[in-house]
Amino acid sequence: MALKHEAYITGIGQSEVGVRLARSPMGITMDAIKAAMADAGLTFDQIDGVATYPGRMAGFLGFSPIGVDEVIETCGIKARWHMGGGEIPAQLSAIAEAADAIRNGHARHVICFRTVYEAAAMSRPEEFPPVRREFVEGSSQWTAPYFAISAACWVAHYAMRQMKRNGMTREQLAQIALNANRNALDNPNARAITKKPLTLDEYMEARLITTPFCLYDCDRFSDASTVLILSAGDALDEVKTTPIRVAASAGSVHRYSWDQPDYMASYATGPDLWAQTDYKPKDVGTVQFYDGFAFFPISWLEALGFCDIGAGHEFIDGGKRIARDGDLPLNTAGGQLGAGRLHGFGFAYEAALQLRGDAGERQIPGDPKVAVATSGGGPLAAALLLARD
Amino acid sequence: MTETKAAPPPPKRPRPRLDAINRPFWTGGAEGKLYITHCGDCGEWTHPPREFCRHCQSENVAPEAVPGTGVIDTLTVNHQPWMPGLPVPFVIARVKLDGAPGVILTTNVVGSPVDEVDFDDRVRVTFEEQDGIWFPLFEKEA
Repeated sequence: MALKHEAYITGIGQSEVGVRLARSPMGITMDAIKAAMADAGLTFDQIDGVATYPGRMAGFLGFSPIGVDEVIETCGIKARWHMGGGEIPAQLSAIAEAADAIRNGHARHVICFRTVYEAAAMSRPEEFPPVRREFVEGSSQWTAPYFAISAACWVAHYAMRQMKRNGMTREQLAQIALNANRNALDNPNARAITKKPLTLDEYMEARLITTPFCLYDCDRFSDASTVLILSAGDALDEVKTTPIRVAASAGSVHRYSWDQPDYMASYATGPDLWAQTDYKPKDVGTVQFYDGFAFFPISWLEALGFCDIGAGHEFIDGGKRIARDGDLPLNTAGGQLGAGRLHGFGFAYEAALQLRGDAGERQIPGDPKVAVATSGGGPLAAALLLARD
Repeated sequence: MTETKAAPPPPKRPRPRLDAINRPFWTGGAEGKLYITHCGDCGEWTHPPREFCRHCQSENVAPEAVPGTGVIDTLTVNHQPWMPGLPVPFVIARVKLDGAPGVILTTNVVGSPVDEVDFDDRVRVTFEEQDGIWFPLFEKEA
């Protein structure tokens, strides 16, 4: 039953996911927008809101090449509400904020998009000149001077603690990458990222990045755009898809720092998500957890109360529990490790697809009705509870 | 005889831009001191340094020297050369400081082979100067 004052995912679209795509950032953004519009059965005169994360970043165009303004202009949208910003809890908070805007009557149909162009931008420095800065600014001044330049190093500190204090092994951590690889092989849009099966032996012998992470534990720069259209409960007669309700959202942070807290922001966000809903972890049919680095999904399992804190690596049960035929299928499209660094939006896209039953070859059994999608790590955390109810 | 390309020189440490708030932390090493922001009202410590105490919001904060010892909270052995010529592997650790409860520094632990550095090891600050910045690094206590 559609609830008037609720917000629903009614259209989803994704561009080709590539590595060093020749097509322009606006080209792939429009590919994803048009796919989502066709999916929902909407036209641009029905759209009155646009949202993105983190908005166009002039000094860092590969990371975020397209802003809300360009989409409003290109699509001829008469916007009543829009937002694009980075100072929100995490990537998926753009979707959470769009849902809030709809619930409050500020918009009826909102295009939410995230375009990434990191691989292409790196390969075309004349068009996308890398920024050379004389100084490290802001929070990175506390890590970069120690050559802790990548988030891989910052996340590794939490993952190493799980190994030393709670007994996680590399074989257990490997199950996140192996699961991503298996699922990506059944995702036609992951061909540019995942080409062949990964074995545990190959994983164990792979080049180390920063312990415990090897090459397969880190996502890879990709070029892609992902779009979700959100609609108001009293506008569902205008769309042709099975609506998926944004049943709850959360994004909490207690220390805005990668290295000061004992636990990442996900551990505050998880309980806050459940505080807003009658659903419980046992109702969840699939989880789509941010996996920019392989430890994140293990931490999200703990943070959201699927298992005890410190026990996520045991809970996945050698990968059986998180497989597509397991109790709690994880990252069924391959996540970012297997299907490219879509930067958060891919998890909401796949959750909606699975809840509709439209995931084709990789559709999980059991008619799933509830899913959790998350994004972020460290001080960034956003969680969406999505339901077909 | 094979031609070999000269290895690039080790890169300099990325350096912060000094300002009124962070200067004591990044230059205290000139006098052999590790300064952390301390509140004159509530006695708590604020790191990274800020204009206000993050515990009681007092402006009565000042850099105060801490003993410069601590314990390794967690660490990673970094193998990826993020910059050309960066010697690897090396240890990136989080150190919990003695005398400043709740403050953790991300740092490098130097002076020991990477496989001889572990969680809970006691460490002591050692400064490495470069272009007017004294980077607080740590080595294992003897």
